[in-house]
Amino acid sequence: MSERYDVVVVGAGHNGLICASLLGKAGKKVLVIEANDQVGGAAVTREFADGYSVSSVAHLLYQLQREVQKDLRLKLDLATDGLGTVALSPEGNHVRLKGSEVSGVSKEDAAEYRNFCKRMMRFSDLLRTYLNKTPPRLAKDASRSDMLTLAQLGFDIRRLGKVEMREFLRLIGMNIRDEAVERFESALLRGAVCLDAVMGTHLGPRSPNTILTYLYRLAGTHGKISQPKGGMSSVTEALAHSARDNGVVIRTGMRVKRVIIDNGRAVGVETESGEVFSSRLVVSNADPKSTIMNLVGARNVETEFTHRIHHIRSKGNAAKIHLALDGLPVIEGVDKREFGDRFLIAPHDDYVERAFNHAKYGEASVKPVFEITFPSFRDASLAPTGKHVMSAIVQYVPYGLREGWSEKTRDAFQKLAIDTLADYMPDLHGRITAAELLTPKDIEDQFHISGGHWHHGELQFDQFLFTRPVGGAAQYAMPLDGLYLCGAGAHPGGGVSGAAGRNAARAILKAEKPV
Amino acid sequence: MTVQEVEQGRYRSPFYPRQAELDRLFQWHDWKGYATADGFYETDLEYFAIRNSTGVFDLTPMTKYRITGPDSFVFVDRLVTRDMSKIKPGRVAYAVWCDDEGQVIDDGTIFHLKDGEYRLCSQERHMAWLNMSSIGLDVTVVDETADVCGLAVQGPTSFSILKKMGLDGIENLRPFGLTHFEFQGAELMVSRTGFTGDLGYELWVSNEKAIDLWDALFAAGQNYGIMAIGTDALEHSRLEAGLIAAYIDFLPANATVRSGRSRSPLELGLEWLVDFKKPNFNGRCALAQEKRRGSTWRLVKLDIEGNKPAHHSYIYSNPRKKKEIGFITSAAWSPVCKQNIALGTVRVPHGAVGEKLLVEIYYQREMHWSRVMAEATVVDKPFWDPPRKRATPPGPF
Repeated sequence: MSERYDVVVVGAGHNGLICASLLGKAGKKVLVIEANDQVGGAAVTREFADGYSVSSVAHLLYQLQREVQKDLRLKLDLATDGLGTVALSPEGNHVRLKGSEVSGVSKEDAAEYRNFCKRMMRFSDLLRTYLNKTPPRLAKDASRSDMLTLAQLGFDIRRLGKVEMREFLRLIGMNIRDEAVERFESALLRGAVCLDAVMGTHLGPRSPNTILTYLYRLAGTHGKISQPKGGMSSVTEALAHSARDNGVVIRTGMRVKRVIIDNGRAVGVETESGEVFSSRLVVSNADPKSTIMNLVGARNVETEFTHRIHHIRSKGNAAKIHLALDGLPVIEGVDKREFGDRFLIAPHDDYVERAFNHAKYGEASVKPVFEITFPSFRDASLAPTGKHVMSAIVQYVPYGLREGWSEKTRDAFQKLAIDTLADYMPDLHGRITAAELLTPKDIEDQFHISGGHWHHGELQFDQFLFTRPVGGAAQYAMPLDGLYLCGAGAHPGGGVSGAAGRNAARAILKAEKPV
Repeated sequence: MTVQEVEQGRYRSPFYPRQAELDRLFQWHDWKGYATADGFYETDLEYFAIRNSTGVFDLTPMTKYRITGPDSFVFVDRLVTRDMSKIKPGRVAYAVWCDDEGQVIDDGTIFHLKDGEYRLCSQERHMAWLNMSSIGLDVTVVDETADVCGLAVQGPTSFSILKKMGLDGIENLRPFGLTHFEFQGAELMVSRTGFTGDLGYELWVSNEKAIDLWDALFAAGQNYGIMAIGTDALEHSRLEAGLIAAYIDFLPANATVRSGRSRSPLELGLEWLVDFKKPNFNGRCALAQEKRRGSTWRLVKLDIEGNKPAHHSYIYSNPRKKKEIGFITSAAWSPVCKQNIALGTVRVPHGAVGEKLLVEIYYQREMHWSRVMAEATVVDKPFWDPPRKRATPPGPF
């Protein structure tokens, strides 16, 4: 006997939970199945050394859409709100950024940065509107509402005004480096802007459409960064609570083996342990490649669609490094009070591009870039009293390392990363009591994301909006009856934004309404 | 596929030495890299060999793919529109395959050689598409075009010739069946298939045995009117059989640029090959939608008055020649049917069986062009469909 649900959601990532919660709220009987023992997917807090915890993959909150918070009446407990950014200089002449203000640069640069931010905020607001909508279909059989959405997009771009519209159209496909170099003379400022644009992608500052990825990053809270109390799990736990309040059943430690297909329709799932759950709809929070190639199987979908899914670029390049420290390290020119902020190691735009060069050829960066936080500084719950944890995103660490990922290659990169950090924190080596490195391969293995890419698929124009994850499947419904996507691989993309989960739930409810 | 050294720009079939001895016309063209004869003697003579005795056509350039592996059945069943579970080992299926939009890429025959092992034969090359179709499936597709040669032995006396050649049990081979014989220490595969709409067989053997096979066949056929034929005579007979040809009666979907220039199986009169009971095959969604909404085009067989072949003619709706509704793709005077026949494409709703249409035929007489508006009737059955095609055992002619 199998249990019967309206909807089975595969994966309890933040998008899966949001989608489940909204469907539950609308009266659907929903089951969420999560392979790991913890809900949250890649937005979780884990203990990586005795007494030391850290947000495992995503570690800062800046994109969670306010629509999601509103729809689910979510109240977040934040350890700190509005983190500043310190772009570290090897010489100690750091540049500090907060909002659209920057210090440690020339007056001209500071003024330019204000202008730059103003424009970027404006464009990101425009983008944000469409991140929270299902992309319109452009096919022959596009509906009236598709055409209206498309017309609205055109109208919204036009409404920027002639000058700003031209600027928008000029910038949207451009690379961040050219814009940064054109505007700023400070290498540190350029480096910081470039790093924010390329974080989490397989793109360098000179890669096309890195302005788009920069805007994408801003399109939540205008770049205002916060740190949830207790790490990312507090956000996803809150989402799980909301889901349970809406009647959703969540089962963890249970891995879905396959989506059951009956006569061309998804009718449930079977877990690795052989349990069967029937449902009218299956919604996958897994990435599109795993969903189609592993859970559904190529035999159940058509050739060109399979081909497109198979070719989604989803090889991650961002690793996470976690250090347990017996005290805060010394950073020359940084006051102790500032350790609640975010530190960047990207002293020059060329430094970032050079770091990327290696990744193009399957090598890890020799001089990697970092986004560093000390979450325990504001949140004592994460480390024993007087001790601290460091959580850093480090790039570029390609998923497809030419030598292959092994104990040896991981240790070698971990040593290189720590040595690079020690260039800025001279006493770091002596303070480390434990360390953890999560390469994209580890992220794939532990969080079940093919390629370990934090967007489930590169955030580039050919995999964006109407063609995300692939053409013909950009409206959350897959070309198999009863199957939907709700994760980062669907529009609009990754980051702890929740837009994909919310949009998917809305698309499902809209399609389900008039039977 | 083995790489072959060629002296000239075109491959020569392993039968070429024998064909060259017979060749009186020296008219050859290119077929997917192979030199292929338009004819050897004279088209009409060769055509009448097919209808009255036996014509032998060199099938070697026919593209051949070997499909093996645990998922081979899943692969072919998803590839083509018809239900391949009904095609047991030892059977051959005529099939079409479509892109995701339900537009025909090509038609061909799929030989179920033994359990889980298939050979796909088609006029065009499809390695890219087959590779694409194999993503995510445990299947191996090998192009064996250059390794296997073949002869189509077609006509009323073909059965007697093969019998005389010593192929015992050939009388039990039903249409679309295949069987294996031992031939001079090698394996000879014989299928009761063809492109002529008549009694006929196709013989497949490895290249080394090509000349031996040719010699044995022609020795056995000496008193049965056996004759080598070229593409022109075959083209004639396939039209009488109402069989369609790629690049003539339809364009492969991947060869079209403009939308609306490709065709679905429903538009080519091949609905009988589309099995919507199958939960998934390539093009299923699009074809189901087309079935609901209606097709744009319909392929028709036309019986035209007069004797002037309606090559490339426009088709108009009768009676007042108001609207141009389509065009002719293949046309010929059929000596055996005593009919002026054609295949054409018309816009739906035109083309229902029995409908009278007009075709505009231009013809030249002593340099001067003339035009005739001829009445054409849409017919249902193939123009040439003799009972001997299906009889098992076939009669000894």
